[in-house]
This record gives sequence, structure tokens and C-alpha cells, in this order.
Amino acid sequence: MKRAVSLSESFREIGLLAFIVILCAIFQLRNHNFLTLSNIRDLLTNTAILSILSVGMMMVILTRGIDLSVAATIALAGMVSALTVNSFRAISPVLSILEGMAIGTVAGALIGLLIARFNVLPIIATLGFMNIIRGLTYVVSKGAWVSAYQMSDGFKAIATGNVLGVSNPIIIAVAINLAFFYFINHMKTGRQIYAVGSNPEAADISGIPRRRIIFLVYVVQGALAGLGGVIWVAKFASAQSDTAMGFELSVIAATVLGGVSIAGGSGKVSGLILGTILFGILNNALPLINVSPFWQQAIQGLVILAAVLTNVLVKRNSQRFALRRRAI
Amino acid sequence: MERAIRVDKGWSWRTFFLQWEWLLVLIFIAVNVVNSTLSPYYLTLDTFLSTPQTFLDMAFLVMPMTMVIILGMIDISVASTAALAAVIMAVCFHAGLPMPLAVVLNLAVATACGLVNGILITRFKELSSVIVTLATMIIYRGIAYVILTDQASGDFPKWYSSLGWGSVGKVPIILIAFAICAVVFGVLLHKTSFGRRIYAIGNNLTAARYSGVKTDAIIVTVFVLTGLMAGFTSLFLTSRMGSTRPNVAQGYELSVIAMVVLGGVSTSGGKGRIGGPLLAIFIIGFLNYGLGLVNIQAQSLLIIVGLLLILSVLVLNLRFRGRAQRSVPSAPKPVDSSEPTKRIP
Repeated sequence: MKRAVSLSESFREIGLLAFIVILCAIFQLRNHNFLTLSNIRDLLTNTAILSILSVGMMMVILTRGIDLSVAATIALAGMVSALTVNSFRAISPVLSILEGMAIGTVAGALIGLLIARFNVLPIIATLGFMNIIRGLTYVVSKGAWVSAYQMSDGFKAIATGNVLGVSNPIIIAVAINLAFFYFINHMKTGRQIYAVGSNPEAADISGIPRRRIIFLVYVVQGALAGLGGVIWVAKFASAQSDTAMGFELSVIAATVLGGVSIAGGSGKVSGLILGTILFGILNNALPLINVSPFWQQAIQGLVILAAVLTNVLVKRNSQRFALRRRAI
Repeated sequence: MERAIRVDKGWSWRTFFLQWEWLLVLIFIAVNVVNSTLSPYYLTLDTFLSTPQTFLDMAFLVMPMTMVIILGMIDISVASTAALAAVIMAVCFHAGLPMPLAVVLNLAVATACGLVNGILITRFKELSSVIVTLATMIIYRGIAYVILTDQASGDFPKWYSSLGWGSVGKVPIILIAFAICAVVFGVLLHKTSFGRRIYAIGNNLTAARYSGVKTDAIIVTVFVLTGLMAGFTSLFLTSRMGSTRPNVAQGYELSVIAMVVLGGVSTSGGKGRIGGPLLAIFIIGFLNYGLGLVNIQAQSLLIIVGLLLILSVLVLNLRFRGRAQRSVPSAPKPVDSSEPTKRIP
């Protein structure tokens, strides 16, 4: 039984990896500049923010939730930190990052409170907050942009700087993924997130503080979105009220593509990383092979649908397989 | 999660006036009182006849969304469906299709989108309606972008624009269409077995299936209806705007869901009536109009709609929780320890 399950689970990662390899091969054939070091670095840098947020989204989805407010939080945190830099140019980049994360944390805490304490459905709570936060971004910025010349070099270096040739966003994303891997697999609270998602009633009965876990998950997601917001604004050197519009869908797509089950309680970090990279390739490489950018959204949607449907079919198959093994 | 079985206790003044809808009526009156203090020209019949023209296109989505949410599901693809239908209609019209046929095509495309949602949701029961409609939301909008890129398409015949702006006598056509649809949906939901089955599924899908309700057929029908009504929304919206783009109706899904929830429909399914959401349409519509009177930017409406959504869900959750607790029989009183307990030999 156990072997059958682990087989079908690693089947997904192998499948994702194979798909990535095939995709890369096709792209390389169509455009010989695809697999160059600088292009790969660009691609990974562009995927870093997605990867940071998909970590948070994985936790949220593990608890059977969903968070539609991340893109709005990115915009608000990015906008506020950019405005602060505009007013106090000498502010240290670390403080800017902390500021963005603090804003995200507050937003996440409010959402978490609604969901964990007042039993509001995650989709409703985050849909509502998506609009409140987006509206706040308009109000804070009065509809104006913060442009590159208004930001200090130190602030922009958050995203453009590098250590030993590896850009800062990649380093941050890798660090977060590693920490997350340890947290979700080897720490008590991490395992409790799985428990809460796979069976809330059982989690309650076994004394797991379910509501506290759910609250925590949204707080962490908020903090990560705040961090992502600062990196986003520093990277594009421009903060707008409609920054990252629709990005929440990409994050959810990458997470679901990575095999995190929308029904909660199942999903692996390795799958998540592969899913994010695959999604990053789809996002960044299509223009390289002359696919019109207008196709991007439709392709993304189809990929999400294909991913969730395959997930279901694989699961059904493995269950049938498990049943057949039990038959005499 | 336990659910109290509601026993019909007959009609009484108290239960009649303690309904959610009366609160909405009060809010509606409050909004209008505030509006009339803002502008001396506000309180006229013309205001109440012409203002709805600016927001009623969304109302056609509120009615089927009420059904979807009573089913215990959600459909966030409605705005994309409307956009796709509008774009295909515009492109086919410019390719030489006569306008009446293009209108029919619009409705057909929208209905097909709803059908796809319904089939996916009933064929893949492991998936929640959230994720299915999230995916189709991106796909439908994506197809609209593929077809029309970032262009706008307009120049519709003259009669078509009267759909959104025209009126019969003094009553706008859209208001008449709205009234007809409201009656149809009210009857469907509250007076037919189809409606009762929607409530049954929302309360307990498994129990409904075991009681012989054809749950799949009902769910698909509701999503098809949602698609069809998204078609109507796109017809009226395109007519009002005079042209269409792939990003049309962006964010409608939130406003529509907010209206339904504000109307007292529980997001856990099985509870709510059509009247509340219908009132909520006018509350948010006139609120928006009032904000325009005092020159508050449209983005602030985002905050207000979001807050209204959250607040009404909170109040509803607390209210239903209170009712559920009251319906639980009171626990037996603890035995007074001072009283000698009888010993059984």
C-alpha cells in the first residue's frame, strides 16, 4: 500500500521534470538563445517572486484554503515601501523589506482572523480583502506612480544586486524554499499544517490547535507577499496602483501545477519547486519563441486545468490500483 | 458542522420583521436619504428610472449566482464568460454576421461556457467549484485576448444601443428585462421543485442524491443558467458601452458575489432567498451613484464593496451560529453535589 502511494506521488515529480526537459528542448530548438547562462539567470530571477509566494500559497492550500489577496498585498506593500523610500532616501534596504513584510503580516493577520476565528470561507475573505487592499493602494498612492528616479540605489539593489553572480531574488527564494522544506517536513507545526488540511475533525480531536494553525498560515502568506512586493517594486523600479494585477492566479496555478491538492493535506515541496519552474518557463519563454503575449493567459489557464484534472485522474487510478492489490 | 432543521412556525409579526431583507430595506433607505442630502435634484422619479441603467447589467448575474451559492458552490468565471461572449459577438458581427444572429451567438457562447463549467464540476467531483471556475475564468478571458488582442470593437447598429439606453415610455428597457428575469428566477427558486432541489443539494449533497435528486443534472442546469445570464450581462454591458474589449467586466465576479452575500445568502449553502440579493443590487448601485455625487474616486468603491462583503458574511455567520446554538437542546443541569445521591446496592 505504502509503496503504491509513494510511487504515484513521485510519478508526478518525474512527470513534471520530464515535461520541463521536453519544453526546454522544444524552446532550444526554436530559439538557440534559450539555454544560455544569462537567459536561465533571467528566467530564474523572474520566477523568484512567484516561488516565494507559492511557498505561502502551498501552506494555505494545504489547509484547504485559498488566498486571492496576495497580488493586492504585493501592490500595497510595494507601494508603501516605495513611497517611504521616496520620502526618506537614506532608509536602509533591510528596513524597507521589514516594512513591506510588516504590512503584509498585518493584512494576513486580518484575513487569518476572519477565516480562523469567524469561520468566513477563505475565498470570500480573501476576495473581500483583495479589493480592500487594492483600494487602499489607490488611496495611499492617490493613483500616482513611484518611478525609478524616486527610488534610492540601495532600494533597487534589493532586486538587482547579486552575490557571486547569483541575483538577490534567487538567493532569497532559495533560502525561503530551503527553510520551508525543513519547516513543513521536520517541524511539529509544519506537520500539523498537513494534519489540519487532510482531516480537520481528526486534527481537532488529536488536540492540534487547528484555528491557530490556519491563522498562522495566512500570516506567513501575508508576510511573504509583503516581501515579494518589495522585491517586485525594486525589480521593476516602479510602483503602481495596479502592480501585479492578476498575479494571484499565477501563484495559485504554479502551486496547483506543483501537485498541491486543492482538497488540502497533500503536496510536496519538490513538486512545488518543479511546478513553479515549469510555470516560470511558460511565463517567460513564450515570447522567446514568438508566441504572442496574448496567448499567455489562455495557455496558463489550460495548464492549470490540465494540472488539476491530471491530479484527479492519477489519484483515481492509484486508488483503483490500491483496491485491486487488496483483492484476493 | 451541525445544521438546525427549521420548522415552519407559521407567520408572526416578529419573525416577519426580523428578516434580513428588512435590514437591507433600511440600508437602502439610508443610502437614499444620504444621497438626497448630497444633491437637491436627487429625489425625482427620473433618478430612480435612469440610474439603474448604469448598474443593472450586473444584476443579471446576481440571480443565477444566488442559485450557485445556495448550491454551496461558487462561480468566479462569470465576468470572463461575459467578456468572451461579447468579444465573439463583436468579431462575428464585423465578419459579416447580421446583428440579431450575433446576439444569439453571444447567448450561445455564454451558455456553452456555463455548460463546460457544469460538466467539469460534476465529472470531477473531487475538485471544488472554486478551482474549476478559477481555471475557466483564466481560459475564457485568455481566449478573449487571443481573439481580439488589446483592440476594442464597436460600431454596432443603432437599434442595439437602445438595449442599454432605450426605454419604453419612461421605463428603461433594461429595467423591464431585469424585472422579468427577477420574477422568473424568483419563481424558479421558490415555487418549483427545481428550486427546492437546489436548497436540498446546498444543505446536503449526499443526502439529496440518496433521496433521488438528480444532483448532477441540477448542478449542470444551474451553471448553464449562469452562463446564459452572463450572456445577457454582456449584451447589455456592450450595448451601454458601445464597444467591447477583452478586459471588459473585469472584477464583476466580486461585486456579484458581494451582492449575493450581502443579500443574506449563506456561503455554506442551502440558505437565503432571492429577494435579499435583488435589494443588494440597488443598495450597491445607488451607493456607487452617491459616491459619484461627492466625487469620491471609483477605487474607493473597491474598499466599500470589500468591506460590505466581509461585514455581511461576519454578521450572517454570527447570526446563524446564534440560531444553531439556540436550537441545540439545553444540556441537563449538573447534579447538585449537596444533594445526597442514591446508591444502588
